[in-house]
Amino acid sequence: MEKDFLEHGLNFNRRRFLSKLSLGLGSVALGSLLIPDLFTGGMDESSLPPGIPDFAPKAKRVIYLFQNGAPSQLESFDYKPKLREMMGQELPASIRAGQRLTGMTANQASFPLVGSYYDFKQYGDSRAWVSDLFPYTAKVVDDICIIKSMHTEAINHDPALTFFQTGAQQGNRPSMGAWLSYGLGSENKNLPAFTVLLSRGKGNGQGVYSKLWTNGFLDSTHQGVQFSSGEDPVLYLKDPEGLNRFERRKMLDHLAKLNEISYQEFGDPEISAKVQQYEMAYRMQTAVPEITDLSKEPDDIIKLYGPDCLVPGTFAANCLLARKLSENGVRFVQLYHQGWDQHGNLPSEMAGQAKDVDQASAALITDLKQRGLLDETLVIWGGEFGRTNYSQGKMTKDNYGRDHHPRCFSIWMAGGGVKPGIVYGESDEFGYNVISNPVHVHDFQATVLHQLGLNHEKLTFKHLGRRYRLTDVSGKVVKDILI
Amino acid sequence: MYRRLFYLMLAFAAVVYAIQACNSSASQVVEEQIPDQVSYNFHVRPILSDKCFACHGPDANKREAGLRLDIAEEAYKALKENPSAHALVPFKPEASEVFLRISSTDSALMMPPKSSNLKLTAHEIAMIEKWIKQGAKYERHWAFNPPKAPAIPKVKTEDWAKNEIDHFILAKLEQKGVKPNAEADKERLLKRLSLDLTGLPPDIAMMDKFLADGSNNAYAKVVESLLQSPAYGEKMALHWLDVSRYADSHGYQDDNYRSQWPWRDWVIHAFNKNMPYDQFITWQLAGDLMPDATKEQLLATGFNRNHKITEEGGVIDEEYRVEYVTDRTNAFGKALLGVTLECAHCHDHKYDPFSQKEYYQVFAFFNNVKEVGLESSVGGPETYAKKPLMEISNEDVKKILTFVNKQDTSRLIVSVMGDRDTLRKTYILNRGVYDAHGEEVEAGTPKSVLPFGNQYAKNRLGLSKWLFDKQNPLTSRVFVNQVWQEFFGRGLVKTSGDFGMQGELPSHPELLDWLAVDFMNHGWNIKRLVKQIVSSSTYRQSAVVSAEKLRTDPENILLARAPRYRIPAESVRDVVLASSGLLVKTIGGPSVKPYQPGGLWEAATSGRGILANYKQDHGQSLYRRGMYTFIKRTVPPPTMAIFDASNRDQCEVKRLNTNTPLQALVMLNDPTVLEASRVLAAKLLQENTAVEAKVIKAFRLIVCRNPNEKEIKLLSSYYTDQLKVFAQKSKAEKVLAVGEYPVPEKINKSNLAAMMEVMTTIYNLEETITKT
Repeated sequence: MEKDFLEHGLNFNRRRFLSKLSLGLGSVALGSLLIPDLFTGGMDESSLPPGIPDFAPKAKRVIYLFQNGAPSQLESFDYKPKLREMMGQELPASIRAGQRLTGMTANQASFPLVGSYYDFKQYGDSRAWVSDLFPYTAKVVDDICIIKSMHTEAINHDPALTFFQTGAQQGNRPSMGAWLSYGLGSENKNLPAFTVLLSRGKGNGQGVYSKLWTNGFLDSTHQGVQFSSGEDPVLYLKDPEGLNRFERRKMLDHLAKLNEISYQEFGDPEISAKVQQYEMAYRMQTAVPEITDLSKEPDDIIKLYGPDCLVPGTFAANCLLARKLSENGVRFVQLYHQGWDQHGNLPSEMAGQAKDVDQASAALITDLKQRGLLDETLVIWGGEFGRTNYSQGKMTKDNYGRDHHPRCFSIWMAGGGVKPGIVYGESDEFGYNVISNPVHVHDFQATVLHQLGLNHEKLTFKHLGRRYRLTDVSGKVVKDILI
Repeated sequence: MYRRLFYLMLAFAAVVYAIQACNSSASQVVEEQIPDQVSYNFHVRPILSDKCFACHGPDANKREAGLRLDIAEEAYKALKENPSAHALVPFKPEASEVFLRISSTDSALMMPPKSSNLKLTAHEIAMIEKWIKQGAKYERHWAFNPPKAPAIPKVKTEDWAKNEIDHFILAKLEQKGVKPNAEADKERLLKRLSLDLTGLPPDIAMMDKFLADGSNNAYAKVVESLLQSPAYGEKMALHWLDVSRYADSHGYQDDNYRSQWPWRDWVIHAFNKNMPYDQFITWQLAGDLMPDATKEQLLATGFNRNHKITEEGGVIDEEYRVEYVTDRTNAFGKALLGVTLECAHCHDHKYDPFSQKEYYQVFAFFNNVKEVGLESSVGGPETYAKKPLMEISNEDVKKILTFVNKQDTSRLIVSVMGDRDTLRKTYILNRGVYDAHGEEVEAGTPKSVLPFGNQYAKNRLGLSKWLFDKQNPLTSRVFVNQVWQEFFGRGLVKTSGDFGMQGELPSHPELLDWLAVDFMNHGWNIKRLVKQIVSSSTYRQSAVVSAEKLRTDPENILLARAPRYRIPAESVRDVVLASSGLLVKTIGGPSVKPYQPGGLWEAATSGRGILANYKQDHGQSLYRRGMYTFIKRTVPPPTMAIFDASNRDQCEVKRLNTNTPLQALVMLNDPTVLEASRVLAAKLLQENTAVEAKVIKAFRLIVCRNPNEKEIKLLSSYYTDQLKVFAQKSKAEKVLAVGEYPVPEKINKSNLAAMMEVMTTIYNLEETITKT
């Protein structure tokens, strides 16, 4: 009887359907042909199945190491000796060319150029330039692709971050991870497809907000699930003190029996769907603590990521956790490391920030590679915009700051079918404008989706009469950087 | 190659699915018949709009081949590129380029082109063919024609109908040969009614009284008393808070505190005193412009200042000021007109007849506020509201604003509307960019809805008059539909925020129009409308769904049964607190901070402002209704978000209703639920009754009905079992250590822990948080 009850509900239920087959949209698409209005929000039947790849995906999963606050490209990957030569001289108006400025420097009387306080050297076979702040990243340059020609439209943190994550500066649109969860479904039925990990450095901080990992108008099963470093890695995951697993199981069995009585009366498939969700919750209660327990990692791994990885809530611990989650089939692991907003005290603050993230970021690449996972995992490292080549506020020999700069900045990507050991795009000698191979945020997003086997123009969702997509109305896949 | 592989997989999945679905034919695609008379509005336009208008519609900049299909004269004209041909030749599909192209298999001719990723089905092509055969007649979009009250349809089973609503619903059911469900049993009905009208479950006294009342008007009496309850205003306000994107913080990245709650108190007050809808909206849109505006009218205008306001240093002032005006304009379109006006922000609307110019004409009404983009960065109490603002003194609260629950003597400020003396010029903003000024425009409205005649002043007051002009086709329909949605889980127009060309057509167009006209003709009386809905037989049906009805109408569009769905986030909390007796029924006042997992605010803050850390409240503030839980926009309260509450980022007219494992975890482990379980268990144990009686009482309090024999037995035996588990006192004490409400000293801890588990089980029943 109970079996019938569960299976009967299965036939009708969309969410259950998703978790059972774990095929993502392919299966949902099919389901919606059979059941009208499978999705609450209005699945787009005509262009079905939008998530079906047109081509073999290179990557199965993404780990996005977001550097929140916008690290300076001029002290990391974009080497500009000219700025040191012209230290203190005025930014030529021909270079600035009317670029709008934030309210923080718009009224500044002069725009003195400032070169990097830190030296750069070339590394690896690719001979990529990397500053002294990133010695570990320097060692893996042959595994990563540095893009020096990123540009965006926003000049303030909130809209720029939102733009990177959702494709629009304003509004409540689904985040990149939510789109991937929607398009590809989950690989592991005991874990959410999209998880979020937060950490913070000592540098000038900017907040993060749940809007960045929102499902927007998609079903809330696609929302990013925040894993915290506190005692509960997922909210409300832990059973109350004094209640063991056996007792919890017993309660769920009683609940199932009681719910079945109600199902017999009402015949509503939502009732059996509810029972299924309780079962998934129960499985998560076992699966998540196992994955988030870093104490059993071997010494060589601890050494690789650095001692910080044993301190919960650090970027290093989150990188290690990201690897474990990804390895276990979490489609999109989104990290945020706060503290990169160096309007002042850049040389000292940025050194601290780099120290937080450098070793662990490089370790993640090495670790994925040694497990044979780098090929199918796309790793991304970068912030929401770049920083100005002139100093904000007072400038001295060893102290200065940099304001926000949307026109040109650097990020890197690795694995997941992206060419290793290349540097793509170039900025002018002032590090102010892109002079070759510009990559717009929407191009970047289109490329990420492409690597996962999704066509960014076809992965749409119809909401209030419009077909929305991550890349809004533009975006071209950057084929040059792909294997 | 890969694609082929995929299709193989798909085929396999299809087989798997078909096997799983074999005992239900719901999954069979029912091919709909082409109607005898094809209607442009109901059959053809949805196809053209969805598949053709993006390139052959209102947006002049994106129009291909100079052809537009949304206007008859244009579609009948000789084609620009081939003057001997015509897109549409009435009565002659074979001579109509439209039909030839959509039915072509030649990829060079085929429409829509492959690059659009769009495709017409055979059914859609046949529909268009028949429409052309019948003369290719265009009609004005239904929602832009003013509603006219249709005749009340005749029905065969007259005695089923309790009021006009039922005639419309039943007529359609009879047409389809479907019988409505019988009336729900009294207990289910009372729970449904109480949750819908007050957001709270009925208490035992109410249940006893209603069950014992055998009179004909027993139900009517309950309706009346619930409508008079102060909780009615709270329940009605909840939807309006979503619409108005009300929150307790400024939003954007620093997201510091704002003291906007007196406006929320006003909304509750307005619903409770049954302020007519036209007045309710006029005050909110233009209270400040009314002759001799009162403080209450001014407070109401907080509606247009609930949007997010930045405190991020370094932003460009004008960029954000424009953003605020944009937010107001979009909210006006979505909430009050039910159209996606926002789509015309950057370009002409692609589907609806709204030009970009018209967008900025509406924008002009909201563009004259005495405000700046960045007034202040994170700071002290002077930043808790932004100019223009009003101050509410203790004197005001004693005399005029008696509904504002001000609890101390500190200065209280609220952001409200106030215009500049000289008119700020409004321009079309090219591509929607704040400083890309195009043509200068004057205040106005979309012509296709209702022209903005000279009789209206060109300010927000005039705009309100335009909105409530009885010729305005949208205002009444849109609101009536939102109210319907709150009672049935689905509007008569499902896309309650989009009545335009891309929105769904109404399931019962005549009923919608009848309600809209009736609502206007009876003074926009909201309580009257609500009463009509809950008094109908349609509403009072049981929610039982037969296999047959599930198969033929899985979405319950025909309403041959009552809807059955999970209650909103706030009500989940209210049910838990009310049934355990913990609920503190105070209305209004500053929002409260109940239990919340540690570290959430701290992990996501910029570190600035008084909301950097979550300072949990104590005492009574822990037990307030869900609607008073503090909403910090960047980190909304987790249990609310998990149950689909709005994050109040922007105007929202409909919430999703999902079912996820995280919801299960909340119900199992949230201290609020566990504490309520413990408190209720203690209360029951202190009563001198048998275990069965305790189970029955708990079940009645939580699920709002008497349990059946099987349920009583299962729960009682579970209690006996748990007694053994918690025989050890130390183990029991661990489980009991949750929440701040004291444990009675003399109580047997083992019994208490065992009974607490029984309570938690009942709280976790699907039916507990479901409207049944």
